[in-house]
Amino acid sequence: MAEQEQRRRPAPKRDAETVEETPAPSERGEKIKAELDDLLDEIDEVLEENAEEFVRSYVQKGGE
Amino acid sequence: MAIRKVVGIETEYGITHRGMPDANPVSSSSTLVNAYVAALRGRVGWDFEDETPGNDARGFAIEGSLPPEIESHLVNAVLTNGARYYVDHAHPEVSVPECADAREVVVWDRAGEEIVRASMRAAAAFLPEGQELVAYKNNSDGKGNSYGCHENYLLDRSVPFARIVEGVTPFFASRQIFCGAGKVGVEIPGYSATDVPFQLSQRADFIEESVGLETTLKRPIVNTRDEPHADHEKYRRLHVIIGDANLSEIATYLKVGTTSIVLAMIEDDEVPEGVALATPVSAVRAISHDPSLATTVERFGGGRISALDLQWAYLTAANKYAETHGLESVGDEVGRDVLRRWEAVLTGLESDPQTLADQLDWVAKLQVLDGFRARDGLGWGSARLRAVDLQYHDLRPERSLFTRLPMQRLTSDAEVMAAMTEPPRSTRAYFRGQCLARWPDQIVAANWDSLVFDVGGEPLLRVPMMEPLRGSAEHVEALLAACATPAELLERLGARSDKGGDTDG
Repeated sequence: MAEQEQRRRPAPKRDAETVEETPAPSERGEKIKAELDDLLDEIDEVLEENAEEFVRSYVQKGGE
Repeated sequence: MAIRKVVGIETEYGITHRGMPDANPVSSSSTLVNAYVAALRGRVGWDFEDETPGNDARGFAIEGSLPPEIESHLVNAVLTNGARYYVDHAHPEVSVPECADAREVVVWDRAGEEIVRASMRAAAAFLPEGQELVAYKNNSDGKGNSYGCHENYLLDRSVPFARIVEGVTPFFASRQIFCGAGKVGVEIPGYSATDVPFQLSQRADFIEESVGLETTLKRPIVNTRDEPHADHEKYRRLHVIIGDANLSEIATYLKVGTTSIVLAMIEDDEVPEGVALATPVSAVRAISHDPSLATTVERFGGGRISALDLQWAYLTAANKYAETHGLESVGDEVGRDVLRRWEAVLTGLESDPQTLADQLDWVAKLQVLDGFRARDGLGWGSARLRAVDLQYHDLRPERSLFTRLPMQRLTSDAEVMAAMTEPPRSTRAYFRGQCLARWPDQIVAANWDSLVFDVGGEPLLRVPMMEPLRGSAEHVEALLAACATPAELLERLGARSDKGGDTDG
């Protein structure tokens, strides 16, 4: 089980220069990041108009 | 040897009645569930001519095509997919049918969401102009009120409960790093948003005990409810209340998949050593409160450990367990896939959580929040950020933030749609669902562990289903196909009014 024991330790910390060493980062995760501005614009369109009132009135009593 | 991990999830949805400021949440929840059941009746040819929809949305009864369970006075339906759809306290709740692996749970949990969506549409037809019922798949209102997403796992009764508690507690304290749904702020009295602007879990703030029976106050990490809905001598149902409701299919899959493996390991006494925590409740909170994942928590006997290292210890033991014992108990193929994904997710969390923004709810939500903070210069106290948090979980397709994100999927739309009406083929849910679909008028009660038939002229006949894996398609598909009437089925099963037959014929 030596092989598995090695796996247990964290990989070394990485920064922008060592991105290529990252084990299989999710490309789609990166894509979300790249497209975040468009996404925020889209969310602006659907977000509750009166955020304060919406948050204040969201009350859930009783459960489980 | 570990027994097959039959699994299910019960989700309580948050609900708002827009356009009706003083709405009673019990009424709102009843209206939502009733609307769905009434719409189903329409589909099976029920006569709507004499009904007056819109006058009193609570006024229609549900007896008929779908039987109510006997035990509850609230709206309570059992669906042809084997699920239970009901009002629990002040929330609509879906309990998925019994599933035989984590992937099936994802499919039927997603089907549960679609059932709630369909209910919202159906309710719109009954409500006056300007009113709308909206369901949220989350676990907190941000004001100290929480509602649950409970998981259920079938365990061997002979395993000592103390061993389960010991084996699972450090796992439950740390699994939130991949299955937390994320939350803006904190709901522990005395804490402020300055202390905790964003945390991993919706539920961590509400966990106050290590072990206990409660689910609504002093909630424990390990819940001791002992109600197996199966042969009491052989089985235990571990009722897990610490988890968040996930929208990400990957997060649900990992939550259920990794927990199933860990519970199988506990049954076979193969848990990792050195993971016991000195103060598990504060560990749950400390881990949740630090999205950087750097926090360490105190080990029992001294020293400190991070949530990631706790999870690596479990994963390492799980890989070893898979080699020595196999993964039949969680479904071999699914089990191996879970192990691969578990490792990939821990690796991603360790290097850069943002690479998991298309897989994990808390990462996806945090990325959107950070985007707003950067673009609009919003502070964490901003109502807009709290609105983003809530609306991430909004089930309305036109309002849901989650559905706007390019999240990875495990299911297809077609299989989710099918699972709204069809049961899993792998468990007794198949027998329950098929009987309800074929003979709704002759079934007077459906429960997790029995069906009660009224075939006329005789006492009610009860078919017990004490074995969760019996009554699967493999067992009863041919039998059901061969029976034209429930009376024929009952005769073949040898059902009697007192003792009854069994679903394995």
